[in-house]
Formats: sequence, C-alpha cells, structure tokens
Amino acid sequence: MRTPAHGAPDLAPPPSLEVRGGRKNFGAVHALRGVDLVARAGEVTALVGDNGAGKSTLIKCIAGIYPFDAGEVFFQGEPAHISDPAKASEMGIEVVYQDLALCDNLDIVHNMFLGRELKKGIRLDEAKMETRAAEVLASLSVRTVRSIRQHVASLSGGQRQTVAIARAVLWNSKVVILDEPTAALGVAQTEQVLQLVRRLADAGLAVVLVSHNMNDVFEVADVINVLYLGQTAAQVRAAESSRAEVIELITSGSSSNAPAVPVAAVNVPAADAPTTDANGSTLA
Amino acid sequence: MSTPTLSPADKPTSLSHLAGNVEQPTFSEAVQGYISKVRGGDMGSLPAISALVVLSLVFFALRPEKFITNVNVANLFQQGAVVMLMAMGLVFVLLLGEIDLSAGFASGVCGTVLALALTRYGWPWYLAVAASLLTGVVIGLMLGLLVAKVGIPSFVATLAAFLAFQGVVLLMIGNGGNISITDKVILALENNNVPPTLGWVLAVVGVGAYAFSGLWNWSQRRKRGLLAQPIQLVVLKIVVLAIVVFVAVYELNMERGPRPDLKSIKGVPIVVPFIILIALLLGFVLTRTAFGRHIYAVGGNAEATRRAGIRVSWVRIACFMICSTMAATAGIFAVSRANSVDPNQGGSNVLLYAVGAAVIGGTSLFGGKGRIIDAIIGGTVIAVIDNGMGLLGYSAGIKYVVTGLVLAGAAAVDALSRRRARATGRG
Repeated sequence: MRTPAHGAPDLAPPPSLEVRGGRKNFGAVHALRGVDLVARAGEVTALVGDNGAGKSTLIKCIAGIYPFDAGEVFFQGEPAHISDPAKASEMGIEVVYQDLALCDNLDIVHNMFLGRELKKGIRLDEAKMETRAAEVLASLSVRTVRSIRQHVASLSGGQRQTVAIARAVLWNSKVVILDEPTAALGVAQTEQVLQLVRRLADAGLAVVLVSHNMNDVFEVADVINVLYLGQTAAQVRAAESSRAEVIELITSGSSSNAPAVPVAAVNVPAADAPTTDANGSTLA
Repeated sequence: MSTPTLSPADKPTSLSHLAGNVEQPTFSEAVQGYISKVRGGDMGSLPAISALVVLSLVFFALRPEKFITNVNVANLFQQGAVVMLMAMGLVFVLLLGEIDLSAGFASGVCGTVLALALTRYGWPWYLAVAASLLTGVVIGLMLGLLVAKVGIPSFVATLAAFLAFQGVVLLMIGNGGNISITDKVILALENNNVPPTLGWVLAVVGVGAYAFSGLWNWSQRRKRGLLAQPIQLVVLKIVVLAIVVFVAVYELNMERGPRPDLKSIKGVPIVVPFIILIALLLGFVLTRTAFGRHIYAVGGNAEATRRAGIRVSWVRIACFMICSTMAATAGIFAVSRANSVDPNQGGSNVLLYAVGAAVIGGTSLFGGKGRIIDAIIGGTVIAVIDNGMGLLGYSAGIKYVVTGLVLAGAAAVDALSRRRARATGRG
C-alpha cells in the first residue's frame, strides 16, 4: 500500500507532505518512535495526542528546527531533507508556533517579512512590504487590525495569531502547520481563527492543525492523525470517525471499533519501519 | 505572489483601510498621537532632551558669561566626541540585550596600536588608523564568538576582556610610560576646525539633503497610498533642523581664539561632521537594511528570529564587531584629544559614560529598543554635566555623583516606561 516516492500511477496527486517512520531521540528520551503523517492540499489534517505524545517535537522536526534521527520525509511526492528552518520555508513549509514567534518590538509588516525582507539594493523596500502585507491581510478577510504599522505588542491574542498565520501564507507556502492556534483565545476569537484555518485549506494549502480541543478538531479537520507516546496510533477521516473513538485513540493508542487500517494506510508499525528504502533518502 | 491563490471569493470588495486608501492623519492628530505614545510609556529621547534643556538653562543662569559661548560649545563637542562614538557602537550591543564592558579598554588597546604604529614603527597615519580599526574588528570578533558561539553571558565575557585589555595596554606602553603623538592628521581630528566656508557648504548640503529625502519619502508614500506623516510635520522638522544647524555654524564660525592676532580659531570642530557622518551611516544600517531589522528582532525575541531562519549568532557576532570597531574609532579620537597615550588609556569613566550616554538617550538595557541618535543626545547630556559643573567650579567628585544620578534616573525611566508600556499594551 505504501506509494513509492516517484509517481505511482495514483489518480490522486501525491500528498503535500508525508512523513514515514519519523524518529527523534533526545539522549535517552525517545520523543518520536515512529511517526507517520500525510497532509494533502486542500485538507485540514488535525494532529492530536495527549501531552508528551510528541506533537511539538514532530512539527519542530518538520520545520527543520531539529533533524529527524531516522525516517523519511516526502514533499509533494519527492524525498526531502529539511536541514534547517530556512530550508523548510524555502520549500514552502511554514509553521505557526504556539508561542507565536513574533517580535513584540517590531510592527506587523516587519514581523510578517522577518527573515525574508523585500529589498531595493541593500535598502529595505518598506513601501512594497507594506502593500503586500496589507493585501495578504485583506485576502484573509482580516479587518480587525487598526494600523499595519502598529507594534505587535499592542495586538490582542487573536490578532497576533492572525498576523502569525498571515506571515505563513505570505509566500507561496504549500504546507502550513499551526501549533495550538486557539489555545489562548476566547470564544469569538477562536471562531475567527478556525474560519481562517478553513479558508487556508479551501485556498489549496495543506494545513496541519495541532490541537487539544476536540471541538476545534471536529469543526475544521478533514483528517485526524493521532499520536500516542511518540507513535502514530491512527490517521482517520473526521467524517468517518467519532469523538469517542478519537479520544480512545489518544488515551490508549488503539480503538476498539476503528477500522484496523485507516485512511492512507500510513501507520505501518513503527518497529518495522525501515530507515531507508530503495529510492528514499535517509534522514539520519 | 501567494495572494491570488487565496480564494478570490473571500476577497473583500474594498481593501479596507489596511491597503490603499488610508486616512491620512492631520497635523493635530499626529501631535495627539505622539502625546498618547509618550503617555503610553514610549518616551524615546524625550526625557534626555528635557534634561538637556533644563541643565543648559541652569548652567546658563548660573554662568551666563561662560556656558553658552562659542568657545565652550566647541569644547562640548570635542569633549563629548569620544563618549558619543563609543556609545554609538554600544547601541548595537545593547539592542541585542547584551552589554560590552570591555569597550573602554578596547578603545585603549586600539589607541595604543595607533600610537605605536605612528611612533615606534613610523607608519603613515592611514596605515596606523587601519591597523587600529582592524584591531577593533578582531577584538569584536573574539568577543562575539565568546558570547554567541561559546555561550558565555556577555557581562562575564566582556568583564574578562575588560581586565585582560587593561593588562594589554599596560604591557604595550610599559608601566608609567607615555607615548606622545605628533602626526598632524591625527591631531587635527580633535583639535582643528573646518574652514568657515566649507562649514557653510556642509551645512547647506546637509540640510538640503535632509529636506529633499524627507519630502521625497513623503510624496512617495502619499503616491502609493501608504500612511505618511502630515506635510506640516515634515516641513516643521526641516525648518527646526535648518535653524539649529545654521545658528550653530554661524556661532562656531565666529572668532574664538584668546589671541586672534596670534592664532585664529574659528569654524565647526572637525569632530562634528565626523560624528554626523558616522551616525548617518550606522543609522542607515539599523533602520534601512535587513541586517538592522534583524538586530531589533534578536533583541525583541531571539527564538522567533531563529525560527524565521535568521542566523542569530551571526547577528550577535556582527554587533560585537561593530561595537569594538566603534570603540577603536573612539580610541583614535581619544588619542588625538590627549596628544598621547598612557597606561590608563580608555580607562576610568569612559566606558561607563558611554553606556550611560546610550541609556540616557533612550536605548533600553533590556534590548530591542534604541537608536543611534540616542548615543548623541545622551552623550551631549553627559558632556553638558561634565562641562557645566566644571565651569561652576565643582569638584570631580560632585560631577560623578550628578552623572550617576542622571544615569540612575534614565535607567529608571527605561524600566518604568517598560512597565507602563506593558500595562497599556505597547510593549
């Protein structure tokens, strides 16, 4: 069932992002012990799991902050090696972190373009950046921000989250990973951000949504990937699954009534997952 | 452009006030905006400028015949130059939230290199200056590596360097030694003046360039529909600058030698255009380049900066290199002013005055906030205290106490305005 990296005559296009058998150790701690994840364009893939299941580690590995110790990553069907955050964003993978990763002392425009400033010669092209930032915010139907030149410190939680998400889609991103985007938000702001998440997927991006909140997950996700103790327990379609089932997967790592091999058949038992194969690159 | 890929159905018919047709603020709105910004805790250089005005008025009231004379004003610039130059470099390190305690003795080492190159090795001045600046670059690289790569807190790394450089100066000069400088070019830096005509030309060119760039930026931003300052404010700034510059040049071009028949002294001190030039260059780096933007970002949130794909350790190293190179520049001016170097070169209060100048000017010790102009404003405040209290005949002890109080006041303003800014959501 595992599709080879180079175009098996599958009718569906290859997933935007696929991780197979991802492993990561921190000394004696096995944070990831075999993770499989498939994220497709136009879909919201929720990544759920209890505290310490490895969600944050997984997205940091995908973002290039730590390298995987073993396992393979495919980006749009091609084997990929994500060595550092710059490489990840170059490929079109953007991560919006839980702690937002915004600089309070910079304004919205500067935050959105941080690390990828538009330049005219050696000078910053402030006018162009400002125009682009305004366009992106407008295209995301963001109209709650008073001035695009205000410091991020003066924004509300929902607005900050919006800026962080807008930054992620400013470039030709293919995959946007959102780490608990609604964790610190009130009801109305949560709703706004979830709508934004849905719009990103509808616009053709592959969205990975890390969340603890089953309401959020079932509201926007198309696919749910459950991590249990650093391993992928299952990846199921939200429409064919129930809360009880997902919660059982989160807490026990298996489900009594779930189909044994769900959606993309990606959850090959981690113990057997080879660290390399014929055409795949090894991420060691 | 990624925007068209986002569903066009969601595209609002008008881009709202975020793009395009912004509502331009009027003059009074801009003034009100500034007042609310200050009230919100973002005071910038306001406390320093108020202190400057108050101090000047006090000294003028007490010593009207001495304090604001062109002799003394010229003196002020020459006294303040070393501190200002060092403070400009320190702004870079302070912006990261780091400190460089070794800048004083680094300037001593670089000044000594200059003196030895000129005297013992008989190098021409330009090679000696290059050697001195290069020494600064190397020192900065070393400090930067210790802080960014080894991971020693900058306070400790530069404290170690402070002790070591003190020894290096002593070793190079010898105990109780003293090297006199006779090179005319080096001595001219701190002791000569710009010819009056050239002074006027520089003033007109400078003000003209400022006016042109201000108006050009304004018209460009208006044309592209971006938020711009009201034109009255732009013009007001140009007029104020022009008045200050022309009055200063006029005054400084007056004869101020004690015996004009023997030796005429007039013109703007050479240090002034030097400092302005360096400040413009460094200010450009900080505010107009991506590198400068990254410095602020590291000071604001280093982890966020790293995740944005910026090589944070490289930014840190570069800032320490700039700081030490500016310390070398300050060292060259210090040698020029003293006509010699001795084992205490760059010691005593030079470094503390420089850190004080940056902080008094409005640069935060917590990182992420500060400007090059802060170094000049704060340096002027310190020079005014030093100079004014000297004229009033106070002892060095009292001068230090007052300077210390002003610094404590400035740091308190910094800390309190941060608290206030957090309370009002500004940062």
